[in-house]
Amino acid sequence: MSENKETQEKESGQKMVLKASDIDPKFKYEISKIPGSEKVMLCFQCGTCTADCPIARFDDFYRPRKLIRMAQLGLKDKLLSDDVIWLCSTCFTCIDHCPQDVGIASIVRALRNLSVKERDMPVAYKELASNIRKTGYAYIISGMRLKKRESEGLPSLPKADLKNIAKLFGTTGLSKMLEKVET
Amino acid sequence: MPELNYLIFLGCVIPYRISSYEISTRKVLDKLGVELVEMPEFNCCGFPLDPINHDMMLTLAAQNLCLAEQQNLNIMTLCNGCFGTLNHVNKELKEDKKLREKVNVYLKEIGMEFEGTTKVKHLIHVLAENIGVERIKDAVQNPLNPLRVAQHSGCHIIRPAKYVGSDDPENPTVLKKLINVTGAECLNYLDEMECCGAPIIGVNEKLPLQLAREKLDHIRAVGAQALITVCPFCHMMYDLNQPRIEKTFNEKFGIPVLHYTQLLGLAMGFSPEELAFKQLRVNASEIVTK
Ligand code: SF4
Ligand code: SF4
Repeated sequence: MSENKETQEKESGQKMVLKASDIDPKFKYEISKIPGSEKVMLCFQCGTCTADCPIARFDDFYRPRKLIRMAQLGLKDKLLSDDVIWLCSTCFTCIDHCPQDVGIASIVRALRNLSVKERDMPVAYKELASNIRKTGYAYIISGMRLKKRESEGLPSLPKADLKNIAKLFGTTGLSKMLEKVET
Repeated sequence: MPELNYLIFLGCVIPYRISSYEISTRKVLDKLGVELVEMPEFNCCGFPLDPINHDMMLTLAAQNLCLAEQQNLNIMTLCNGCFGTLNHVNKELKEDKKLREKVNVYLKEIGMEFEGTTKVKHLIHVLAENIGVERIKDAVQNPLNPLRVAQHSGCHIIRPAKYVGSDDPENPTVLKKLINVTGAECLNYLDEMECCGAPIIGVNEKLPLQLAREKLDHIRAVGAQALITVCPFCHMMYDLNQPRIEKTFNEKFGIPVLHYTQLLGLAMGFSPEELAFKQLRVNASEIVTK
């Protein structure tokens, strides 16, 4: 109970002053066309997602309910430029608990994808993507590691077809995004 | 498809730094009569790319699924992240024709096509459903009682329930049963289903460490002698990062974190050396020499 009150206080402490120019009335339609985010308009702001979110429990600003409300209102630029959208740890508790089956984690993912497209991405993701493009693996596995596998009696690691990966980076548009960010 | 024959999908984190999980898994499964086939070719399951490009995640996952289809084998993952991603994409592509068509356009580029003929399992599904608790019980030569441990199943093998569906996300018992077969007692504790926080450690260190600290605190409160995990990410948060957690919060835990296959391996009569106990960051010798 007391935690709940604290949460409410924290949320109301973050009052937002909005101007009409902040609002993109079409944004919710844009979002609802993205796979996994079709139900963004069904959120009735009960707050279950925020109450059960482990990140919201520890972070003063991350509030899934609020993110959905901002999406419904059309606060596109505010949302896409806010670093908090990168804090969801994809535990999927909100997906299971939402009475409206809104699929919050998928909507947060959609917001991140849009933010990458229109702005940039956190450097950690840039690194993961570029590792995958270079090796097929999200982390660079050193020659020493590979040797150690042998001494541990483990089979050699399967290799990636890097030509194929490069093609996919191209057709999905990810290559362009990485380059855009790199410049 | 022969029943105990799987394409092993290691993912990226295990070969990168958690080989104790792979070593112990191969030992234990071999003794239980499971035949593992290596992936003919590999790329990341796609999980780390979902936040930046959903289509790329779908396509990378689908490419791995296609490789399994070509081998006519089901996939077994050791990582919750790989399982969650491959299983979710596999089910979605099987159910959603429009999405399948879209992904197949990408795949065509590399001469592949998703057909939907494979299944994705996590190690604990293979253990609990395909090998079965009875057969594991028969293989236990060295029951671990009176060892008392706590489970951490992690998120992506229990949620979203709509896609996983093999356990109760509010009270997961699959891993618990597998622990109890070893003779160790699996204790209940507060917030067992809570996330380890690992997926965001690249953008925010503090939150995952806070989450992990809380978990260690809760399992210490019930007197667990070790924490049992089935995911390299979770393991990293509690084992590899435990000294960092202790330093950050000025608190001493010293709680060993074992891969489930290390626990089972001990009960099956393997030595700690064979199960790569030496690679654990938090010393586990106390619970081994009981
Ligand atoms: S739980 Fe669902 S309906 Fe309730 S506030 Fe969150 S998204 Fe909206
Ligand atoms: S998936 Fe993200 S928003 Fe949902 S409960 Fe977990 S951390 Fe919070």
